[in-house]
Amino acid sequence: MGGMIWYLFAVMAGASAVVVAANKNVVHCGFALLFTLLGVGAMYAFLGADFLAATQMIVYVGGILVLVLFAVMMTHKVQAVRLREELIQPFAALGTALLVLALILLVVHRTAWPLAAGHEPAPTTAQIGREFLTTFLFPFEFASVLLLVAMMGAAMIIRDRKPREASPGDSAAEVPGGPAAGLPGGSAAGLPGGPATGLPGGASGQAQGGA
Amino acid sequence: MLEIGLRHYLTLAALLLSAGVFTVISRRNAVVILMGVELILNAAALSFVAFSRYVTTGIVGQLVAVFVVVVAAAEAAVALAIVLAIFRNFQTVHVNQVDRLRK
Repeated sequence: MGGMIWYLFAVMAGASAVVVAANKNVVHCGFALLFTLLGVGAMYAFLGADFLAATQMIVYVGGILVLVLFAVMMTHKVQAVRLREELIQPFAALGTALLVLALILLVVHRTAWPLAAGHEPAPTTAQIGREFLTTFLFPFEFASVLLLVAMMGAAMIIRDRKPREASPGDSAAEVPGGPAAGLPGGSAAGLPGGPATGLPGGASGQAQGGA
Repeated sequence: MLEIGLRHYLTLAALLLSAGVFTVISRRNAVVILMGVELILNAAALSFVAFSRYVTTGIVGQLVAVFVVVVAAAEAAVALAIVLAIFRNFQTVHVNQVDRLRK
């Protein structure tokens, strides 16, 4: 019975992974990725990793997938309704993927794995927390710094610079640009001026502009 | 055969990895390429947890899988920010049309 449920989730994860790889509709790919991630989370539950199953649901399905779908919706032009796209190098990609699959399956099924005595699945959250704060303290802290830096980097990259550069750029261009602004102002004042004063006016304006 | 063992999990992980490799190679849309990267990371994490359950006796594999999730989250945030910035500058997310570092 448990085996049947396992196969159900495994087929769900594998089939939706194939859909992610082969479907040409980007939105369909995103929703197929949802089912793949759910299936992997179910695999974690089958493996007795309850903390990881919950983490998979929260971080992947709740966070990363929403981010991906958000990006899918954001990065398509409103005019161009077609969300489809063609595959490039489909045969080379298929050959590479099948080669990788065949090699891994060969290794997996030929190797005599040194199986340990299967320990009973027990709640792992307390043990994971203890390991993180003792043996794996440095990677744990490093991961937190990595997440902080990634968050700040993402905010920096996505920040829209144009309106913020416009307002201080204008005020900054006015203060040192006074002599430069005198060039069109001087010549414009010189040209409609009288014929006698127009020439020296324009010359003085250009001299001011040059200075 | 109905008894679920290590090889079942590794076979599923191999399938996920191959699908991810195919996605990364054959797609032009940067967001879908990131989906392929997520598939590959999930396959690796699943292998770690399966080995942790069946080969070793500790839970170190599960800790590595947690770090994989952390790295995947950071990668998704930064990469999708880059994708959105590219889309704002080039009006496309097709990776073979973006061949300049600035506008």
